[in-house]
Amino acid sequence: MPSKFEFQNTAIGMLNRAATTLPDDVVDALEISKKKEKTKIARLQFDCMLKNLRMAKKLGAPICQDTGTFTFFIELGSELELDFDVRQALSEAIKQATRVIPLRPNLVDPLTRKNTGTNTGEGQPALHLEPMRGKRLRIDLLVKGAGAENCSRLFMLKPAAGEEAIKRAVLLTVGEAGGQPCPPTIVGVGVGGSAEAACLLAKKALLRPLGSKNPDKKLARMERELTDDANGLGIGPMGLGGRTTVLGVHIAKAACHTASLPVAVNLQCWAARRASARLVDGKLRVEVPR
Amino acid sequence: MKPIELRPPLDNKKIKQLKAGDLVSVSGTVVTARDKAYARALDILRSGKKLPVNLHGGIVYHCGPLVKKTPRGPKIVSAGPTTSARLDNMQMEFVKRTGVGALVGKSGVNEDVARELARLGCVYLAFTGGAGVLATQTIQKVKKLFWRDLGPVEAPWVLDVENFGPLVVAIDVHGNNLYLRR
Repeated sequence: MPSKFEFQNTAIGMLNRAATTLPDDVVDALEISKKKEKTKIARLQFDCMLKNLRMAKKLGAPICQDTGTFTFFIELGSELELDFDVRQALSEAIKQATRVIPLRPNLVDPLTRKNTGTNTGEGQPALHLEPMRGKRLRIDLLVKGAGAENCSRLFMLKPAAGEEAIKRAVLLTVGEAGGQPCPPTIVGVGVGGSAEAACLLAKKALLRPLGSKNPDKKLARMERELTDDANGLGIGPMGLGGRTTVLGVHIAKAACHTASLPVAVNLQCWAARRASARLVDGKLRVEVPR
Repeated sequence: MKPIELRPPLDNKKIKQLKAGDLVSVSGTVVTARDKAYARALDILRSGKKLPVNLHGGIVYHCGPLVKKTPRGPKIVSAGPTTSARLDNMQMEFVKRTGVGALVGKSGVNEDVARELARLGCVYLAFTGGAGVLATQTIQKVKKLFWRDLGPVEAPWVLDVENFGPLVVAIDVHGNNLYLRR
């Protein structure tokens, strides 16, 4: 059973790892994309990204100055009894990480715009608990900067409009975002559920590693088609034109009301920062992200 | 291709030589500014007062750095560009009143703002978003930090940089705009 101390230190380790090192699947996708580009400006953008990643890793410095806000997804087994407040432990981890790594204090009151100075505040970090059976404990952290998060969209489509309308919604979001979300982006799409469930599905879809196959055949086909269509927009790396506008499209779905078709789109910047930890043999360990 | 070297203050002749697609690198003084700094600068200039730093022909970098507190004072550890278009409703007045020669940021400005910038003789240079560590390596010295009450992210940093780049001339003063080429 992990103690509060162990849990908190693991969270700090995840925040540090995510801020300074990108998962291999993202680095690989950037390297492959660079080779597909034909212009010097597009290739230069990838060169700068990859060089920046090497330097950040070497220096242990945050990849981007926008160290984002944090969303935690936790799968918690029914046989685990955590004798501490998980939300409080995460907040304390964030406060400490903000001082030590350091992370940029990004959180403000939405109305007064006063910075809390700690990256913690009312309703933050976002925490989504998924109850499971057994002794499982898995923590996933997603880091989102404002440039990408600001391009998020929710569509409440007409059910009869179907797949074509879903695709139009995704391409409209990517097209209107242009260079602002720091492309090439990962496109998270939530289809169905309800207004809030679709948004959560879209965000959670960003945790999936690039290159992993969607087990749903229809969604897998839509992902391939949307990736090609989005890259056909020509927005390119950092919006300066090119063949790579997205690194991948990840779609997740949920059942929805017969009269509804919610579609949420959440874009993640090329600096697609995430980290995870898992309880293995009673020990909580930060893992190379799946 | 070797980047064109820019050293502020920039004159009209130098700015006109820059064409969309050119690569440039900047050495000398660069001033960071984003939402709150723009708003405060406009308040001051509208009331007929002067800014703490002369921006005529200067280079303004849309950036809110990540700063580490050290015993020897604040140290910038990551300083990539922020979204320039977020400042669009203040952009034209800011450039007009300050006489800034170049804006550095990411993902450009809206089409109408871009046309106006060209008319005002201000060039837009793009730096790769997210490349915060790369940018930081070019900072030689923090010359000044003013309006500290805005906090280290929003307050303007006057930086001495060396070979800051490679930057891409994304919107030149001749009406060319790389963000519209698709």
